[in-house]
Amino acid sequence: MAAFLARRLAGALIVLLLVSLMSFALIWLVPGDPASAFLDASATPDQIQRLRTALGLDEPLPLQMAHWYGRILRGDLGESILLQRSVSAALIERLPATLSLAGTALLIATLGGVAAGIVAAVNHDKWADQATMSAALIGLSVPDFWLGLVLILVFAVSLGWLPTGGFVPFGESPLGWLRTIALPALTLGLVQLGFIARISRTAMLEVMRQDYVRTADAKGISKLEIVVRHCLPNAFIPIVTVIGIVAGALLGGAVVIEQVYSIPGVGRLIIGAIAARDFPVMQGGLLFLAVVYLTVNLTVDLIYALVDPRVRLT
Amino acid sequence: MATLEIDALEVRIGAAGLKVLEDVTLRVEPGEVLGIVGESGSGKSMLALAIMELLPGVARYAGGTLRWDGEDMIAAGPDAWRKRRGRDLAMIFQEPMTALNPVHRVGRQVEEVLVRRRGMSRDAARREAQALFQRVEIPRAAAMLDAYPHEMSGGMRQRVMIAMALATHARLLIADEPTTALDVTVQSQILGLLRDLRRDTGMSMLFITHDLGVIAEMADRVAVLYAGRVAETAPVREIFDSARHPYTRALLSAIPKTSGPRERLASIPGSVPALDAFPTGCRFAPRCAMRRDACDARAPRLRDATAGHAVACIEPFGYVSDEDGP
Ligand SMILES: Nc1ncnc2c1ncn2[C@@H]1O[C@H](COP(=O)(O)OP(=O)(O)O)[C@@H](O)[C@H]1O
Ligand SMILES: [Mg+2]
Repeated sequence: MAAFLARRLAGALIVLLLVSLMSFALIWLVPGDPASAFLDASATPDQIQRLRTALGLDEPLPLQMAHWYGRILRGDLGESILLQRSVSAALIERLPATLSLAGTALLIATLGGVAAGIVAAVNHDKWADQATMSAALIGLSVPDFWLGLVLILVFAVSLGWLPTGGFVPFGESPLGWLRTIALPALTLGLVQLGFIARISRTAMLEVMRQDYVRTADAKGISKLEIVVRHCLPNAFIPIVTVIGIVAGALLGGAVVIEQVYSIPGVGRLIIGAIAARDFPVMQGGLLFLAVVYLTVNLTVDLIYALVDPRVRLT
Repeated sequence: MATLEIDALEVRIGAAGLKVLEDVTLRVEPGEVLGIVGESGSGKSMLALAIMELLPGVARYAGGTLRWDGEDMIAAGPDAWRKRRGRDLAMIFQEPMTALNPVHRVGRQVEEVLVRRRGMSRDAARREAQALFQRVEIPRAAAMLDAYPHEMSGGMRQRVMIAMALATHARLLIADEPTTALDVTVQSQILGLLRDLRRDTGMSMLFITHDLGVIAEMADRVAVLYAGRVAETAPVREIFDSARHPYTRALLSAIPKTSGPRERLASIPGSVPALDAFPTGCRFAPRCAMRRDACDARAPRLRDATAGHAVACIEPFGYVSDEDGP
């Protein structure tokens, strides 16, 4: 297992190196000069020059790069031009909202999806299978921003049960947190729920026709025990891989949903930064999201190794 | 009373209703080892799975009865079967590599039987599992309880399967080619182990193989299966000394005379017909050296030739054991 995780860790480091290079290059990929792009047309050449100096753009490229790596290795992502504060602090402040959203959505998608997949597989080719899979297909085909607007209209505007947007940290009020996170997480999670349901069904059907399931049946234990104890742990092996992919997709999807529900998360911060040409936040945000994403993936790899004893050896 | 009584059992497969077993009549007496022999594709595994009610989804019971201690199991239904499996009935399979759950430790897979089916506590089950591992001669039994299947060889996994079967205290063990997937030395060890266990526990066995040499070592009585029908059934000595069915004789002459690794029963010309290509008459007729026109009229039923020796052939061989087979 150590070798397996070491391999994954090495892979993650390579990705991180590439992303950090890309973040660094970001500033040079945009046409024109970053300083004048941030400042509007009325800015004097003197103002532009001062910002260039502040951003270190006058130094030779190798030196800029050395500075960039020197900084990020210390966890310093620079200062936001717009917010006049450290990028790391801004990102970390926004992280709980994004993690709440993506994490809750992942929970909904995983629990709901796996349950639906099991029900469908156990009732293979019966009406429950067809009903579950049709529902999953509908869930998969609905665009999330549209679903988000419909849910707001129904539960927030018409019924008035839940707020239309915003975010209350869990530490402040667990109930308030739940009320603000419920609709966005549902919106974000439903699409992936459909996806996980279909994958889980396939994985279960594959496992259910394996010899060892027949061995379990030969023991005379109940159908439920066979499904729960013998089929599910094996079906989890492919499902965990998919959950890793879904977790990545949810982080990306959170950016859109944060807009729809006005949630002050990392995604909204970065989108705001793009609109304002706030380059340090764009660069730092990209790097930050990559780190979060890779952490999630390594966690999934760890779970994978725990679920499948055969991986632990290699 | 016979432990297991099968009467005119018919099993069909698929929407077309192809008969994979037809008119199969067998009985297993308490403490007896009934050997089932036949070439690959004759329906041996289907018969084993039918007895366990573990038929694949495409197959279904289409006629006849299967009685356990007199209880009509097909009529009694799935719940009655489930009560018997893992208690009165146990089975070991041909492929030890795939028969064990890859994500559970092997000890736990044996303990599951002890806890769920024999009501033992976890601790007692663990001790008993270790004793069973010792009984089936798994070295370092205590340590091996914690191994995963992929950490064991095929022979060791088959021993785990046997330990699992022993854990049930079943009165009938169905062994479907339990040594076919193993190499020769391991094969004879496993056969020796099964013989010892049978002697010590007095359980009945339905021992399936394509190898008459193995039958000679294991069985008290033999049923020869061909294309889903019983061709001949007799005490093991009579099968070897005075086989009556041309198919049995062909099987016997296909055993290599020299000792050494046994070959598959491939030396009879042709092969078992596919399910959708069964002849209307005797199923062996197309390959039979003794074939005559009457053989194509209908499939001959199993008739007693002498007490305990039945044969399904319109013109079976007589008593005398002769050198020139068909
Ligand atoms: N799942 C299945 N679906 C369709 N046909 C099958 C299936 N399993 C076995 N058969 C067919 O049933 C016949 C008997 O197979 P089997 O019982 O496995 O034979 P044996 O164990 O004697 O080799 C063969 O013709 C085989 O092709
Ligand atoms: Mg077979």
